[in-house]
Amino acid sequence: MGSRVEILNDGGFRSDGRRQYELRDISIDFSLQGTADGSVTIHHGLTQVLVSVFGPREAKSRAQTIHDRANINVEVNIAAFSTGERRKRSRGDKRILELASTIKSTFEPAIQTHLYPRSQIDVFIQILQLDGGLLPACINGTTLALAAAGIPLFDFVCAITGGVHSASPMLDLTTLEENDIPHITVAMMPKTERVTLVTMETRLHVDRFEEIFGLAVDAGKVIHKEMKLAVQARTSSLVSSLGVGSKPEGDRGMAMELDDS
Amino acid sequence: MPHIVIKKRPSEEAVITQRKFFKKTARGKVIKVLRERYLRDDVPCGLAACRACPPPDDPVLSHYGDLGHAAFPGGHYVLPDTNVFLSQMDLIESPLFTPPIVLLQTVVDEVRHRSLPLYNRLTALAKTEGKAVWLFYNEYRSETAIVREEDESPNDRNDRAIRTATAWYNAHLALAHPQSAPRIPGQNQVKHPQVVLLTDDAANREIAQRDGVPCVSVRKYVEGAKDATSLLDLLAAAGSEDAGGQGQGQGRVLYDDYLPTPTLLAGIKAGALHQGHFNANQYNYLEGTVPVPALAKPVLLVGRANMNRAVQGDVVVVEVFDEREWRAPGDAVVDMDATLKNDDADDSGEEGDGDDDERVPLAEGERERKALEKKAPAEKQPTGRVVGIIKRNWRAYVCHIAPTSLSSSAPSSLSLQTVFATPVSRLLPRIRLRTRQAPALLGQKVLVTIDRWARGSRYPEGHFVRALGRAESREAEQESLLLEFEVPYRPFGRAVLGCLPVEGEGWVVPPKGEGGVWREREDLRELDICSIDPPGCQDIDDALHARPLPNGNIEAGVHIADVSHFVHPDTPMDSEAAARGTTVYLVDKRIDMLPALLGTNLCSLRPHVERLAFSAIWELTPEADIVNVRFTKSVIASKAAFEYGEAQIRKDDPNLTDPLTQGIRLLNTLAQKLKAKRMAAGALNLASPEVKIHLDSSESSDPVDVEQKELRETNSLVEEFMLLANISVARRIQESFPQTAVLRRHLPPPSTNFEKLQDILRKRRGLTLDVSSSGALADSLDKCLDPDEPAFNTLVRIMATRCMLSAEYFCSGSVSRDTFGHYGLASPIYTHFTSPIRRYADVLAHRQLAAAIGYTPLHPSLHSKAHVERVVDVVNRRHRMAQMAGRASVEFYVGLALKGRGEKGEVTEEAFVIRAFRNGLGVFVSKLGLEGLVMFKRDTQFDAENYAITIPSSDAGGKDVTISVFDKVTVRIEVEKDKNTQRGRVKMVLVSPVDSSEL
Repeated sequence: MGSRVEILNDGGFRSDGRRQYELRDISIDFSLQGTADGSVTIHHGLTQVLVSVFGPREAKSRAQTIHDRANINVEVNIAAFSTGERRKRSRGDKRILELASTIKSTFEPAIQTHLYPRSQIDVFIQILQLDGGLLPACINGTTLALAAAGIPLFDFVCAITGGVHSASPMLDLTTLEENDIPHITVAMMPKTERVTLVTMETRLHVDRFEEIFGLAVDAGKVIHKEMKLAVQARTSSLVSSLGVGSKPEGDRGMAMELDDS
Repeated sequence: MPHIVIKKRPSEEAVITQRKFFKKTARGKVIKVLRERYLRDDVPCGLAACRACPPPDDPVLSHYGDLGHAAFPGGHYVLPDTNVFLSQMDLIESPLFTPPIVLLQTVVDEVRHRSLPLYNRLTALAKTEGKAVWLFYNEYRSETAIVREEDESPNDRNDRAIRTATAWYNAHLALAHPQSAPRIPGQNQVKHPQVVLLTDDAANREIAQRDGVPCVSVRKYVEGAKDATSLLDLLAAAGSEDAGGQGQGQGRVLYDDYLPTPTLLAGIKAGALHQGHFNANQYNYLEGTVPVPALAKPVLLVGRANMNRAVQGDVVVVEVFDEREWRAPGDAVVDMDATLKNDDADDSGEEGDGDDDERVPLAEGERERKALEKKAPAEKQPTGRVVGIIKRNWRAYVCHIAPTSLSSSAPSSLSLQTVFATPVSRLLPRIRLRTRQAPALLGQKVLVTIDRWARGSRYPEGHFVRALGRAESREAEQESLLLEFEVPYRPFGRAVLGCLPVEGEGWVVPPKGEGGVWREREDLRELDICSIDPPGCQDIDDALHARPLPNGNIEAGVHIADVSHFVHPDTPMDSEAAARGTTVYLVDKRIDMLPALLGTNLCSLRPHVERLAFSAIWELTPEADIVNVRFTKSVIASKAAFEYGEAQIRKDDPNLTDPLTQGIRLLNTLAQKLKAKRMAAGALNLASPEVKIHLDSSESSDPVDVEQKELRETNSLVEEFMLLANISVARRIQESFPQTAVLRRHLPPPSTNFEKLQDILRKRRGLTLDVSSSGALADSLDKCLDPDEPAFNTLVRIMATRCMLSAEYFCSGSVSRDTFGHYGLASPIYTHFTSPIRRYADVLAHRQLAAAIGYTPLHPSLHSKAHVERVVDVVNRRHRMAQMAGRASVEFYVGLALKGRGEKGEVTEEAFVIRAFRNGLGVFVSKLGLEGLVMFKRDTQFDAENYAITIPSSDAGGKDVTISVFDKVTVRIEVEKDKNTQRGRVKMVLVSPVDSSEL
C-alpha cells in the first residue's frame, strides 16, 4: 500500500476515528435558494451539496415533453474548488452527464410523475465540497429538495456507500477510503425496501457483495430516520411561522405523505 | 446485524474535528485536502482498575502497574515518547524491562512515519507474550485530541499531545483509585499509581514538570529499575548523549556531511546523483559498490571517505566522479582484522594518528595506479562517493568483542569502558560500544546494534543487546546464525498452538460418509501411493502414484499434504506461518513454519495411515503428453515411504513385480520423457555446491564427515513430477485469478552479468558461452568440457549460476504477462504447490486452487492484490534468508569437520582456482563445497588481463610458476582460530604446484 494511512487499524478505528459501521455526521439545511420551489444544502461529513428543485412546470421544449407524465431533468455542476485537484469541468463532461442520468433514473420510480403530464421537474445539483460519497449526497439531497418543493413522492430515496477493506466491511467512505478499497453505492426506498440504484466502479468479489449490499440497505434505513426528522422539523417550523394553531388542514397532505412509513 | 449509527460531530467542535488545507505536491500541483475526525468517549484506556471506560475484553494494564521501581512506590505505568522507541527499542524489548507500557497512537504514527522497521518491531512488541502494552488511541478520544497551533512545529504538537495524554491518564487513574486521591499533608510520596512520561528530550521534560506531569529520562528511569546493571548496557548511545558523549563531535571531522534531503531528491530526479543499495566488498573492507539503474556497471566507492559511513544494506545516494577519475576495483585482498589491530577504541577521531589503516591503501594505491595504466579502459568502473543516505538498514549484528580493544590497565574491572565489537559478517565495519561487562563478554558471541555514526567518529557507535553464549559452542553459533539471517525462531505462542485440532496426536480422518471432512473429497485410499524423500525426512508433503489405464494411457497422480485444511486464513497460526514464510533447515536443526504436530504428523503423508491430501491427477500418453489434468481434495493412505536409495534399489530389482514397484517404474519412464522435453525446451541444468554433513549421532551432533550429495534417478523422478504439478497448478490458478494468483518466476539475467565469466572462459580455455537464451546457454554449458577433468563442467555451471538472478514469488496482477516466465526451468508459468508444510507460498497456492475448483470460496484477502503483494514480499525475503542461513550452517559444520579431520592429520584437497587477486587466489574445493582464499605475502606478478598470477620461485635458479583461473591446484586446509576475533576461519595453503606456506 503506497499510502501511509491505515484504513482500519487494530483498534477497529478508521482514519477519521469512526468504527466500521458508523456513518458521518449529516446536517440538512432547508433555507430557500433564490426562486427555487424547494432547495436544500446537505452536509454529509465534509461533502457539501446544494440541490434546488424547480417545478413541476411547463416543459421548455416540445421535444422534452412526455404526454402522460412529467419529465425529470437533472443537471449537476461540480464546483472547481470542491475537489482535491482544482479543475474546471465543462457542461459536456461525460462523468457529470453520467452522474446526472444515474440520479434521474434513480428518481423516476420514486416521483409520482404521472400526476403531472406534459410538464417538467428541474433538479439542479451544485457540489460545493467533496470528501467521498458524492452520489449518495446528491441522491439524499434531491429527495429532500423534492419534498421541500412539495412534489409527491412514493417514498424517500436514501443512498449510502459501502466498501470492504480486506475482510472487513465498512460504511460511508471518505475520499481517502474510496481511493483505496472497492465500494458500491446503494439507493433504497425504506418503506418498501425496494432498491432503486446499485452502482459499482471497482472490482468486488461476489461473496463480499451480498454482505455489503445488505449492510448498505440497513444503513439506508438509518439515514431515512435522520432525513425524516429534518423534514418534520422543517414542516413544524413552517407551520409555526404561519401563525396558525395546531394541525392546519392545508399542510397535512405533505406531512402524511412523509410520515406514513 | 451490526449496529449502524450516525456519528454526530457538533459544529462548535469544528476547530478540532475538521481540517481543510491546501497542499503543494512534488509536481507543483496544489491539492485541497479535507480531513475530519470524530472524537469519542468510548476509546478504552486499558486500565483494569478503571470503571469509567467500557470494559475492554482483555485489560492489559494491571491494577497498580509495576511496583518494583524505587521512585514510584505506589506503582506506575510508563508512557514512552516517540524518540524512546526510535532509539531505545532494544531496551524496551528486553525481557528484563517489565513495566506495563501505554503506547499512544500519536507515538505509533510518528514511529511509523520515521522508520518502518522500527514500526514493525513495535507492533510485534505489542503482541509479545509477557509484555503489557496497551495501545491508546489518544487522537480519537475527546479529552486528549489536540490540534496543532499556529507557529507550532509538528514535533512540538506531538510532544504536547503526548503530555496531554499523560496528564489525562493520571487524572483518569486518580478516578480509579479515589481512596488515595486526597493527599496527606506533609507527605510527599504519591501513593496511588502513576503514568510516567518517559522522554529524553530535556525541553519536553521541563514543560511536563511545569504542568505537573510525572516524567523522567530513560537513563534515570533505568537506573532506578530492578535490573539496572544489565538494562543500562542496553541503552543506546544516543541516550547517553548528555552523559558526556558530546565532546566527540568537536574532534577532527573524518567524513563529509551528508547533503540535505531535498538536494538529494532533486539531484536524483535530475540524474546528477544516483540512488542504490550499498554493498560492501567482502574481500576489501575499504571498497564498496552501489548498483544503480542508470549505469551498466555498479558505482565503485574506494576508501572510507568515499564510502562515507555507509553500512551494508543502506540505501544511499552517490555522486559519480568525472570519467577521468574512474578506477578499476582493487585486486588485492585487504583484511580489516589484519590491518586494524592496533586501533584504540577509546579515542574515536584521533586514533592512530599514524593512520596505520590508511597506510596500507596508500601503498596499495601507489602500486595500483601503476597497474591501472596498463589496464584496458573497459575495466574501469564508474567511481564515486556517497553524498547522502536515504534509508539506514541497521539491525542487530552478531559480533565478537575484540580482545585487543579492552583497556589493559584493568582487564577484569567492571568499570565502563569502550570496546570494539567485530561483526561476524565481513561486510560490516567494527562497532564501538560502551559496556560494563566487557571482560565477561570476551570470547562470547554478542548481539550489537548500531545507534549512530557521527562525522567525527571513524567507527559507528552501538550498544550491547545481549550475549548469545560462548563462541563456537553449537547453541551460540546456531542462534547467531538465526539472528544474522533474521530467522524467527521463537517457539510457537499459545495463540498459534490454540489453532491446532483439539484431538492433537489422536486426530484421524473420520469414517467416510460423515460429511464434514469428506465433503467433496475423493476416496483414493485404495490407490498404491508411495512417497519418496531424502533419508530422515519427517515432513513428507508429497506422494505419488501411477497406473496404466485401459485406453493405453497412464494415470499419474501427485498427492500433496492438505495443509489448507488445518491452516485457515485469518487465524494466529496463519499469520505466524505467513511471517515465518518458510521452514529453515540447518544442519542439525529445523525451524518449522508450522507447529510440529501438523508438519511432522497430521499433514505429513506417512505410510499406512489415512491422510488428507490435495491431488493433481493427470492422464498422460505413454509419450508423457498431458491428455487432461484434474485437481481434487482427497483422502489417501500411502503404502510406503521410501528413501531415494531404497526406491532406486526397488526399481532396479527385476524380481519385484508388485504394483508399487511397477508404479515407480512407470513414473520413472514418464519422468525421463518429461525431463527430455524440458531439456529440449531449453531448461538449464544448473549446479550448486551441495554437500551433506554426516552427524555422528543425533544427540552429540558432532560432524563426522562431509560428502557431496549423491543424485539418483529417483531424485529426478520426484523432481519431474513436482515440476509438472507446479506448472499445471500455476496455469489453473492464473486462469481463475488473473489478478492475484501467487506464482513464481525467474527473470532472464542481463547478459552483462556473464561478461566476466565469458571473458575468463575465452581467454583461459578458448570456450564461448552463448547467453542469448536459456536454451543456448544450456547447450554451450554442455560444451564446456575438459576431457581430463570431469569436475570442470560442474565448476563452470556453478560459476554460471552465480551470474543469474534468483527466482522470486510474485502476484500475477502486479507484473506484465510477458515476464511470468521461469528462465531456469524454461517454463512460461510456474508456482510452488508441492511443499505446503514448509513454504507459505504453497499454502496460498493451495487456497487459490481450492477456490478455483470450487471447493471453498476464496478468502477475501486473497482477492486483494495489495495483500498478496505484501505477503509475497515477506515470503521472498524469508526464503532468501533461509537459504543463506542453511548455507552458513553447512559452512560452519564443514569447518568443524575439517577441524576434526585436521586433528588426525593434515587435510589436503584438490581445488580449482576461481579468482585471482594481486596477492592471493580464490579457490573452490568441490569435494567440500568450500570456497577459500590463498594469500601470498611475497611479491607476485599479477596479470589481470589473463586472470593469472606468477609466483617467482623461491630459489634463485628455480622456475617461476604461473597459476591462472580454472587451474587445478592442491591446497592444504586448516582451521585456525583468529586471535583477534575468535572466529574459527578456514585457512588454505597451496601445496602444489608450489608450496605457498612461506610465500
